[in-house]
Amino acid sequence: MVNYIWAFFLIIGIIYSFISGSVQIVGDTLLTSCNTALELVLKLLPVMCLWLGLMNIAKESGLLNKITKIIEPGLRLIFPEIPPSDDSLSFIASNIVMNMVGLGNAATPFGLKAMKELKRLSKNDTASRSMITFLVINTASVTLIPTTVISLRLMYGSSNPTEILGISIIVTIISCFFGLLLDRLCYIMGKIFND
Amino acid sequence: MINISVIILPIIVLFIVVYGIIKKVNVYDVFIDGSKEGLVMVTSIFGSILAMVVSVNVFLKSGIVDDGVVFIKPFLNYLNIPSEVLPLAIVRPLSGTSALAILSDILKNSGVDTYIGKVACLIQSSTETTIYVIGLYFGSVGIKKIKYALLVGLLTDLFGFILVILLVK
Repeated sequence: MVNYIWAFFLIIGIIYSFISGSVQIVGDTLLTSCNTALELVLKLLPVMCLWLGLMNIAKESGLLNKITKIIEPGLRLIFPEIPPSDDSLSFIASNIVMNMVGLGNAATPFGLKAMKELKRLSKNDTASRSMITFLVINTASVTLIPTTVISLRLMYGSSNPTEILGISIIVTIISCFFGLLLDRLCYIMGKIFND
Repeated sequence: MINISVIILPIIVLFIVVYGIIKKVNVYDVFIDGSKEGLVMVTSIFGSILAMVVSVNVFLKSGIVDDGVVFIKPFLNYLNIPSEVLPLAIVRPLSGTSALAILSDILKNSGVDTYIGKVACLIQSSTETTIYVIGLYFGSVGIKKIKYALLVGLLTDLFGFILVILLVK
């Protein structure tokens, strides 16, 4: 499926560029976007090392275990397939918290690490139920403080930069709930049709 | 509110390190051990990031989104949805940086405190780069069959978009 999505964008993009006459731009993009990818990775690398280092301290000191125990009951409702006290739970929790406070940069390392842990649990190349649920939470993440947007509003001289905060919180909470519901529904439907 | 996210980071770091010291952990050694894994992980996901960035950018730069918007415009006017925000809504699931560029164009042209400005800000803050995240997260651990993940992710984004339109006055 990822194969098709990836190929779709590339094929449609190149074919359309012939029709619309933007071949030159697309040709340049092929090369420049490689640099963009490298810049992205270079930006991610130090943050990733920093957080994985700090998380290792939290793990060795038993702090991670403690936090996991506190949030476990809630997370287990959403992720029924993850075994109790599994490491993946604490990474999932850290990812959610970082997204909530608008630290997307710090959320990504935890997200990738959580996926690695979920892969350890599933051991095959099909997305597990927990992986999809985690992805839905990520794409519909509850945001309490949308930092980037607020700073952009400040930059463009808004008279009230935080005005959108209330609606933003309401929308993300409702759509996160909607996403989880839809996810559960798809899972149940899939189970019925397979049996 | 902005101050909270500024101070939250140092506080988390402080707490983790102080807690480690109290529990007699060799914080420096343990930190270095953990951070080594970051290098391995980033090198292993570079391929996924490169693949997603290249194909998404080729798609966006081909101009298909801009041309498509012209096509759907009358339909949007009928529903009272400002057509200015449509490119943002379409690009948002694909690329965070491109969406941010479009958003700042909208704010420059239509104003920050206008209806369009507010709707655009809310679209940016309440939806996510779903397709990119799926490519990156699943790609990083070698998942090939993603089942209903894309469907649920995109429908959730669409739901968020509709909510924003309904809630902003």
